Amino acid sequence: MKYIDEFRNPQLATRLVAQIRREATRPVRLMEFCGGHTHAIFRFGLRQLLAGKVVLSSGPGCPVCVTAAADLDHAIALAGVPGVLLTTFGDMLRVPGSRGTLQDARAQGADVRLVYSPLDALKIARQHPQREVVFLGVGFETTAPGIAATLVQAQQESLTNFSVLSLHKLTPPAMRAILDAGEVALDGIIGPGHVSVITGSQAWQFLPRDYAIPCAVAGFEPLDLLSAISALVQASVTQTPTVTNSYGRSVRPAGNLVAQQLLERVFDVVPATWRGFGEIPASGLQLRAAFAAHDAALRFPLALTPVAEPPGCRCGEILRGVIQPPACGLFGRGCTPRHPIGPCMVSAEGACAAYFKYGIGVELKT
Amino acid sequence: MSNQILLSHGSGGLLSHELVRDIFIRHFDNPTLSAEGDSALLPALPAGRLALTTDSYVVQPLEFPGGDIGKLAVCGTVNDLAVAGAAPHYLTAGFILEEGLSLDLLERVVISMAATARAANVQIVTGDTKVVERGAADGLFINTAGLGVVPPGLALSPAQLEPGDVLLVNGTLGDHGMAVMMQREELAFTSTLKSDCAPLNGLIAALLAAAPGAVHCLRDATRGGLVTVLNEWAESGVGITIQETAIPVRDAVRAISELLGLDPLYAANEGKFVAAVAPEAAERALRALRAQPLGREAAIIGRITAKHAGRVVLETPYGAQRILQMLTGAPLPRIC
Repeated sequence: MKYIDEFRNPQLATRLVAQIRREATRPVRLMEFCGGHTHAIFRFGLRQLLAGKVVLSSGPGCPVCVTAAADLDHAIALAGVPGVLLTTFGDMLRVPGSRGTLQDARAQGADVRLVYSPLDALKIARQHPQREVVFLGVGFETTAPGIAATLVQAQQESLTNFSVLSLHKLTPPAMRAILDAGEVALDGIIGPGHVSVITGSQAWQFLPRDYAIPCAVAGFEPLDLLSAISALVQASVTQTPTVTNSYGRSVRPAGNLVAQQLLERVFDVVPATWRGFGEIPASGLQLRAAFAAHDAALRFPLALTPVAEPPGCRCGEILRGVIQPPACGLFGRGCTPRHPIGPCMVSAEGACAAYFKYGIGVELKT
Repeated sequence: MSNQILLSHGSGGLLSHELVRDIFIRHFDNPTLSAEGDSALLPALPAGRLALTTDSYVVQPLEFPGGDIGKLAVCGTVNDLAVAGAAPHYLTAGFILEEGLSLDLLERVVISMAATARAANVQIVTGDTKVVERGAADGLFINTAGLGVVPPGLALSPAQLEPGDVLLVNGTLGDHGMAVMMQREELAFTSTLKSDCAPLNGLIAALLAAAPGAVHCLRDATRGGLVTVLNEWAESGVGITIQETAIPVRDAVRAISELLGLDPLYAANEGKFVAAVAPEAAERALRALRAQPLGREAAIIGRITAKHAGRVVLETPYGAQRILQMLTGAPLPRIC
């Protein structure tokens, strides 16, 4: 299959693994920012192939996971407002807020519908002019431009019954927050692939400049990840931190300028609360005043109460890369994908879900 | 006759009678059903253990590329009997019809069931119809039960699995699950992918005949796909190792899976089974499968092992191993 098979070539992968193992003269500690990378690393067994040479830890790159419980409560409360039809991506349905999930709300009669694209939500708004159609906007720089485009479209069509609850977040400030906290020692960062398509690889220049840490932007196939890891190992061992673009077929240094302009047009950058981090300055996207008519936060002002994390849940530390999922007392015991307690066990991109799915922390008896 | 199902089709009166006669009896077309007795009176069955199974079918959409709910309702039950080693003989069919269902659609589904039953060499000998008010069902639900005979001496079960047994599948995995999802989710891309929905009893009979005594266990890989079957087998106390590169998956299924972040090894099949066969008979079994139309793309995908008891392990082409866990919850496409 084109664009897949050539990036999964086992012979080339084996050579890259051998090269990395040769060049890593001491164990190199890397963080993969993106949950999609965590999954790919497990899926292709890369951790196992690099064991002893490269230590990989998961970062906060799971939009569902970093959504604050209070924001989820807001969304769930919104779904319960008479006349509201809430649309969202599938992952959000099962994430526990402080009082249940959107799935629970749906079972109790709220009209919550899954969509694959915000444009589908717009279609629903056109079909149901008598309903208030709200799209739950969750995601990073990757998904936000599509939602911005949808909002522009809604404004042009004067679709007054369509609004967005924007919980969008920006990734570089979270990376800074992790490094500023000084809780984890890292020799390099595997930069998020899809995010960087929008932001450009330049968005990560602050890592070598301000923190002397190399960053390599990677795709999601084994050769993408291995070439990024190889670049990081070399940069770390030779102490020459730079930003490397190992996903050249999708990522340009300056990113997608059209998408960036669209974000600029629709959103203001504001402080945002991240699950596990608290408030991070300039890390959230709020609808600009020109789009206030489509801002669900303004149209349905609901009182929000801050909520505590479920007792024993260590998603916060996991999102900051301080611990890996098996270190959490609930992992695989009280908390499983079937009965998730924290968000990291729910989302397809969550670190706990990845560890659980791929049986990490389970000993193979041989 | 109105061209849609009315509540009076279920009242037991004239309309009910016409529906049964003009659609069900006419197309299922066998003397036992045509007798219209309260019970189907059947001749004695050949010697062996009786196998009895039932399943309900609620698929949406009712018609999809490669099949429909009726074909599915026959194949699913026939295949449940076949993987138990039973030769299927008779089926029952219960229909729950929603008021307003198109009669043309119902007739197409019934014709499809009749054709599938003929292909599987089984008879639909008794049935039932109920009509519920609009909104109380999703168009059409079908329940089928099946009766078959396991020949004396044949006992297939996970308890028969032995280290060294070779695992085979009769063709590409994930076709049904992905084909139905493509239809259901109105995804903005098209494909020529079809459900693999098919009765497997003929193919399984050929396999059992080609490797007598050597087939230890069979299971149809329906909901939850290949990985679910293998995990159920592993629960019996054996270990299982499969090779990623050996598993047949169509390019279209791979492409959809990659785009949506799904795994074809967990996707539903309606015409695929997994067989565990003694190693000395494995090549013979593979040839027997490949000689049949429904087994042309059959492949050996792995083995039962004494190692890692209780676990299913996938060997990747990169020399790494990973555990394949049972699926939890419905698979959802990823956000970014």
